[in-house]
Amino acid sequence: MRVLKVLCFVSVIVFALAFAPVHLNQSDSGKLVGGGYQIGDTAEDFKLKNIDGKYISLSDYSDKKGVMVIFTCNSCPFAKAYEDRIIALDKKYAGKGVPVVAINPNNPDVKSEDSFDMMKVKAKEKGYTFPYLFDESQTVYPKFGATKTPHVFLLENTTKGAVVRYIGAIDDNAFDATAVKVKYLEDAVDSMLKGDEIKTKSTKAIGCTIKV
Amino acid sequence: MNRENYFTKTIVIITFCALFITISCTETVSKSAKVEKNTVQAQKVLKAGKKEIPVMNFDQLNKLLYTTNDTTYVVNFWATWCAPCVKELPHFEKLGQAYVDKKVRVLLVSLDFPKKAESQLVPYVIKNKIENEVILLDDPDMNTWIPKVAEDWSGAIPATLIFNKGKRSFFEETFTYEALEETLIKTMN
Repeated sequence: MRVLKVLCFVSVIVFALAFAPVHLNQSDSGKLVGGGYQIGDTAEDFKLKNIDGKYISLSDYSDKKGVMVIFTCNSCPFAKAYEDRIIALDKKYAGKGVPVVAINPNNPDVKSEDSFDMMKVKAKEKGYTFPYLFDESQTVYPKFGATKTPHVFLLENTTKGAVVRYIGAIDDNAFDATAVKVKYLEDAVDSMLKGDEIKTKSTKAIGCTIKV
Repeated sequence: MNRENYFTKTIVIITFCALFITISCTETVSKSAKVEKNTVQAQKVLKAGKKEIPVMNFDQLNKLLYTTNDTTYVVNFWATWCAPCVKELPHFEKLGQAYVDKKVRVLLVSLDFPKKAESQLVPYVIKNKIENEVILLDDPDMNTWIPKVAEDWSGAIPATLIFNKGKRSFFEETFTYEALEETLIKTMN
């Protein structure tokens, strides 16, 4: 009986090893995947330059109920597809105490369309009602663990600080705003405002890699 | 009696013919089956010159993301609008050419906006004379399918899945040709 147990154990191990994913290229990977804030973490304060030249800190929002921090940019087609939806989110929730703070994490040397000057143009063209900050030193997005644009982090102000409540996509259809079935971010904000448990705390979506 | 004989002869001839056809067919199949080409349903097919680009939802694509034979798959998720993707695409083309005789199948899965496929993806494929198979993935429910490709994929592209029946690895990063080939060889051996 014992032998059988051992045999079973060994075969399970062998089986597991045979099918285990092999990370062949880990050392070559310069990028930290899966780093950054997790749900429930407290976000550190940051201070970044807004398109009007003034600096804005996360702590400037400590009197609000929360903040929708959205990493986005000018150049990415997915970010472009969400521009109007981000404006609508700010209009809907700023008055309820959860405004949008947009941050461009891209290096404009890689993508000139994402330069600080072009950010000003974009905000003016689209009529952004929220700050559009520039992560010029590219130090803020890695702390959040943002990997792409758009990438949303919903923060709730608590006695502990700004706690991460939701990470991921705005909704379930980047291609077509009229075909959206689930508004992940809105659902999360609504639950947060009601003091309910957020059902879907993180989602995934295709986006443009942040340009470093 | 004579009639019966004739009947038997016919049966024998038919059997021989059938046997011959079966054998010759198997022969052709085994010759062309160097690389597994399991036919998978597509929603529709776009024409890019002589090339065909099947448009698939994730369930259709997913059938190509697992294999039971000895082909190694290199599946690159890209889009024409993604600058780092387009930059590394020639490496996948070169790899596809270099391993054309080997049991390697390179799939370029485009995440171009389906509405812009005709105006952006098709001209790109024609202009750059893309040789590898190109598939357009038209499935907006990304939160459902991204983790099915790889649990730790954030959704940023380019991303590449390299697998065969025994090994499977996923890379949310760009490749040099050397790194790509090295990874393929490690997976094959």
